Amino acid sequence: MRTVDLSQTSLRELNGALHRLRADTNETHWRVLNPRGQHAIAAGIDAPITVEIEGHVGYYCAGMNKAATVVLNGNAGQGVAENMMSGRVHVKGDASQAAGATGCGGLLVVDGNASARCGISMKGIDIVVKGSVGHLSAFMGQAGNLVVLGDAGEALGDSIYEARLFVCGNVESLGADCIEKPLEEHHKADLSKLLEAAGINGAIDPGSFRRYGSARKLYHFHIDNIGSY
Amino acid sequence: MCGIVGLFLKDRALEPELGVLLAGMLITLCDRGPDSAGFAVYGAGIPGTIKLTIRGPRGCDYEAVIRQLQAGAQALPHAVRDTHLVMTVPQAQEAAVRAKIAAMPDLALVGSGRRMEIFKEVGRPDRVAQRFGLGTMAGSHGIGHTRMATESAVTTDGAHPFTTGPDQCLVHNGSLSNHNALRRDLIREGLAFQTENDTEVAAGYMSWRMREGDSLEQTLNSSLTALDGFYTFVVGTESGFGVLRDPIACKPAVMAETDRLVAFGTEYRALVDLPGIDMARVWEPVPAKAYLWERH
Repeated sequence: MRTVDLSQTSLRELNGALHRLRADTNETHWRVLNPRGQHAIAAGIDAPITVEIEGHVGYYCAGMNKAATVVLNGNAGQGVAENMMSGRVHVKGDASQAAGATGCGGLLVVDGNASARCGISMKGIDIVVKGSVGHLSAFMGQAGNLVVLGDAGEALGDSIYEARLFVCGNVESLGADCIEKPLEEHHKADLSKLLEAAGINGAIDPGSFRRYGSARKLYHFHIDNIGSY
Repeated sequence: MCGIVGLFLKDRALEPELGVLLAGMLITLCDRGPDSAGFAVYGAGIPGTIKLTIRGPRGCDYEAVIRQLQAGAQALPHAVRDTHLVMTVPQAQEAAVRAKIAAMPDLALVGSGRRMEIFKEVGRPDRVAQRFGLGTMAGSHGIGHTRMATESAVTTDGAHPFTTGPDQCLVHNGSLSNHNALRRDLIREGLAFQTENDTEVAAGYMSWRMREGDSLEQTLNSSLTALDGFYTFVVGTESGFGVLRDPIACKPAVMAETDRLVAFGTEYRALVDLPGIDMARVWEPVPAKAYLWERH
């Protein structure tokens, strides 16, 4: 395991070293100390490694992540796992606004709460928040799943395209063109897989969630063509 | 952009360190607002007196100013810090001293209160903090601001904090959209404004509400409907410390609390050197909720 102390090493050096890793690297386990709220820690990784960060981070931590597992033992500032492509980001504290924004793939798990605009413009990422999410979460969400074990703030799923939203607690209000939809067996099966991936299998019944999605009245999309997308 | 910080000490043993802690927080946010900076510190007060913070031009002959302000009366406690002078004046003499200041064209009275002292200047926040000797100041709470101007010119008057009432001040990250109409309403209520700045109107609104008898909590709650725009505010009063974010929460904010202190920063970076931060509860204040702490 390689340990990088950000009170000794610059953030550029750390990120540069992470960016130079190739898919077959032997340096697969990294530990980052003293993040002290710096921005863009472990952003842009493209290698199947694990990075553990000990402390609170600033903006865009693990942004654009590809293939890596990033575990944050602290809170994340804005835009954690922004535009993630694949891999896994696990925030053990709270996440600030726009967690998982525009994410295309991979799994983001937040053990605490996520603030406003969680999963804004999500494009295929799966997000599991064990606490609650703030207002305008999944705004203009296009694909992927947002699973919230707690509550959702105002205007959930505003102007949503095809992302799927599952909330266990209270939804303060739904945004434009976002409606509740029946939770069918195949949704429960998908939810079970997501909960298992997030490490909470069995602790919560998938049947206790409610599903929300697009009424498909707001955007110019013909449902008959869904197979083309 | 802009950066704001606030520190409220619960443990009086930390009070001698208020300035050095606040300076560290402010300097960290230099890159969010490099054009000007300011801060207000709630230090010791002497019963029956008012502190007047006076700003003069660079190189102002404050010895002469002090002689004039004291003329015919007893010596008044004072401290010169760079371009600012803080004079402690018996309440009975406040009106007379204010009149003398108003008659000196180079001077401006920039703040008053039983405990509040306020300092602001154009320039990089680290240099501004150093010029005023923020690190040497003591107090129970303080707020600070690093400015990247958007709504009005880069001037000392346009720097934060804004104060529109005794011991009341406010720092703001964001921009208001209804400040012109609200300023006209507040002028009708008897408030006076020094600038065209939007934040000064927010400060004025809060001073007006508190003048009308509202508590700080009531004032922050009614601000949510009275003020339109983007804002994260940190507000100081003689004994209180408040935080408010607009309902959309456009501007970032993070808070930390321990047994000894409450701290606010635009970014967590600003809080990392505070004592006990590793064990602090760290959270993002939720939109449209007034947070406040009172000194007892």
